[in-house]
Amino acid sequence: MGLLDLFSRSSRKALVHLPSGSFTMDREGRIMTSTLPRSFPEQFALEIGKQVLTCFRGAERAHVQLSEIVIQFSALKILARELRGGAIVFLMPQVTSQSVKRT
Amino acid sequence: MLDAEPFNMLIVDLNMPKMDGLQVLSIVRRKHPHVRLVVLTGVRDEQFRTRAYAMGVDQYWIKPESDQEVGLFMESIESLLSREEQGGFRGVQSKSLVDIIQLECLSQASCLLKTSNGLIEGKIWINHGEVTDAEAAGLVAEAAFQRILAWKTGSFEILPADETRERTIMDSYQGLLLNSAQALDEATAQAPSPEATSQATFALADISQWPGVEFAMAVRGRKARDYYGIENPGPVGQWLEETLKNFQELGDYLQVGQLQEVVGSGPKRKIAMATLSGSQICIGFPANVPPEQLRDTFKKILEKWAC
Repeated sequence: MGLLDLFSRSSRKALVHLPSGSFTMDREGRIMTSTLPRSFPEQFALEIGKQVLTCFRGAERAHVQLSEIVIQFSALKILARELRGGAIVFLMPQVTSQSVKRT
Repeated sequence: MLDAEPFNMLIVDLNMPKMDGLQVLSIVRRKHPHVRLVVLTGVRDEQFRTRAYAMGVDQYWIKPESDQEVGLFMESIESLLSREEQGGFRGVQSKSLVDIIQLECLSQASCLLKTSNGLIEGKIWINHGEVTDAEAAGLVAEAAFQRILAWKTGSFEILPADETRERTIMDSYQGLLLNSAQALDEATAQAPSPEATSQATFALADISQWPGVEFAMAVRGRKARDYYGIENPGPVGQWLEETLKNFQELGDYLQVGQLQEVVGSGPKRKIAMATLSGSQICIGFPANVPPEQLRDTFKKILEKWAC
């Protein structure tokens, strides 16, 4: 295996494909369960979860009661539901039809 | 290399050692907004194409596999570079919309200039170097053109010309730009003094009367907060600012393009938030408003706000 590693492309940093799937977090921001593939870096899920929990807690402090948030980016939709201080988070990559650019 | 020498174009693969192509695109777009970006990759994945365009690339090419495809690719690259040599434009961030329109018209081009300011879209039709039609926020012709030019920020995309589009603007492009500049100057001169009730407050008061709208808030920096129908503007304004900032940073980190909107739902109400022209907008709706209706109303509100 060591010999094969010499010929592999292990030095390449793989592109991160955004998966469809979900994960749950506890109130401390730890991932409890996940349907995301292992290829999806845990750090990404942790960062998403951190911002989601920050949003829910900020809303609570501002006396805005929220149980669900939907965050829409150009290429990703995130839906998060509050779960007893934690959250369940759904990732939905958005794919648009090819844009034609004249230059 | 880009820091050391002035380059016009960067052709980048998505799979590379040390750093992936999306990271490269993100850094180059931020540090060198004038550089044209072309992705040339073997990655046949619509998601990466979408994300690359969301990050502002000019073109996304699958690696050519035949002489014909190589020819098309080279032609496209030469076209991009020749425009640069002819003094063409570049830069969502470095050029104003007026610059772009002038450059298109001066080069006698025909194209459809699609612009967006947050969720709001505008279109300007240019045929043989003349602006022939425009539409934005429910307006058409010259009124739409002036509305688009009033946007302070946004992005644009140049699409193939639609020569069948009926001409509604008869003025020359120079006259049109002059009229629009005058209209903008007059609007700026008529802006109320700080002592008077702000224009934004008037706009929010109007928006708050829309069917289904419970409250409205706009934040521009720490001190400039306008609101209507809201009991605790301080904490809500702070939360609004932090939330939109945090999620935009998350979008940059995940390389998924611009944050378009955030919609929150609770037992008492729903809330929609977005950043538009440097302001953070937050609108409250009843809890039972259907999602489609909320998005439709929010989009119309943003269009009005962009006015």
